[in-house]
Amino acid sequence: MSAATGSALPHPYRVVSRHVDTADTVTLELDHDGAPLPGFAPGQFAMLTAFGIGEVPISLCGLPEASDGSARRLTHTLRAVGAVTRALHAATPGTVIGVRGPFGTSWDVPSAAGHDVVIVAGGIGLAPVRPILQTVLAERTRYGEVVLLVGARTPADLLYADELRRWAAAGVQVGVTVDRPSDGWTGHVGVVPALIPAARFDPGRTVAFVCGPEVMMRFTARALLDRGVPADRLRVSLERNMRCGLGWCGHCQLGPLLLCRDGPVVDYTRAEPLMTVREL
Amino acid sequence: MTDDLLSRVARLPFFTELSPAHLGQLCATGRPVPYPAGERLFAEGGTADRFWLIETGSAALDLRIPGRGDQVVETLAEGSVLGWSWLHAPYRWQFGAVARERLGTISFDGVSVRERCETDPAFGYAMLRLFTPVITARLHATRLRLLDLYAAPAQAGTP
Repeated sequence: MSAATGSALPHPYRVVSRHVDTADTVTLELDHDGAPLPGFAPGQFAMLTAFGIGEVPISLCGLPEASDGSARRLTHTLRAVGAVTRALHAATPGTVIGVRGPFGTSWDVPSAAGHDVVIVAGGIGLAPVRPILQTVLAERTRYGEVVLLVGARTPADLLYADELRRWAAAGVQVGVTVDRPSDGWTGHVGVVPALIPAARFDPGRTVAFVCGPEVMMRFTARALLDRGVPADRLRVSLERNMRCGLGWCGHCQLGPLLLCRDGPVVDYTRAEPLMTVREL
Repeated sequence: MTDDLLSRVARLPFFTELSPAHLGQLCATGRPVPYPAGERLFAEGGTADRFWLIETGSAALDLRIPGRGDQVVETLAEGSVLGWSWLHAPYRWQFGAVARERLGTISFDGVSVRERCETDPAFGYAMLRLFTPVITARLHATRLRLLDLYAAPAQAGTP
């Protein structure tokens, strides 16, 4: 998993497209308005600034298009939950926002080559794992079975509905479940770990990627371990209060880890002992 | 019981921990039963005298709410066991179940299995070891959903 290379200085990026995903979630595509940042890897995050309001950490949710290793275009899906994310959510094409990064560790997708790939996402956690799917599908023959299991609160909260259909058509085993079905919903109802027993993959040759609320990740990890996925081939994306992104300020400390630097992607062997410690 | 039924049950992981003798005794009470999409397997309040091993398709557990119809609370997929109210008094279904799509099942006679549990403690203990995790797993899943993990802070009631 690669290390952070970002700086403390925001670079100006301009919103070039804004796609409304759900009632409170949008996907923004950004283009550099000055010197582009270094290239991001799937799993890494940026600090996005709504000028005059504040800065928030948002994961990369699309593959960079530039071939020169720079982040000329960035794609971020974000949910309006606070003052900064509400301002970013409202940003229309042409709006300039500040971007710092890339920060943190990556999913290290290429290390899963030759293995089955199981991706489990809950809620907005589907956004940071989207580049894993894109990477795998871009080099499909390098990987075995590909499984994507998604949990959402309601059908209306599902992200990337069109892409889910496209991924399924491309041979990905896509399982979707919701906590609260609406009228007409014919899919699964229940928690996302419940989809794991019926998914077709070889646990002994699987690399698993999990992203979502921490409690969901704990139960998902348990279900994957029960299926026989080795703990050292299970990666989770952890989140704390990322501020500087550079391991200076300590706001994102989780035990011995500074998650802006040593995370967000962490091997479950390191994460598991920390996820159940109170006050961490 | 046929060898075919035994092999079909053994193909799915749920009963793999049963000894061959116990598996044979269990399968003696079973038979394949398919259901077309939309067919109801049981309704809330009915006598719980059977349980099912889902071979293919999925079933929905539901609850009728006046004015809102049958509300799905959970779906169960291939490999799952449907129904455990046959194991505990008052032997009444607490929820209903309907085939979500064409459903292939092995249906077991819950009354016969329960009677064998009473007379053969080793068999009864083996069945409890299988069904208790089902009950706890569904309890855990329900508790997780109560937490409303995917909600935004305002949706979850946080200021």
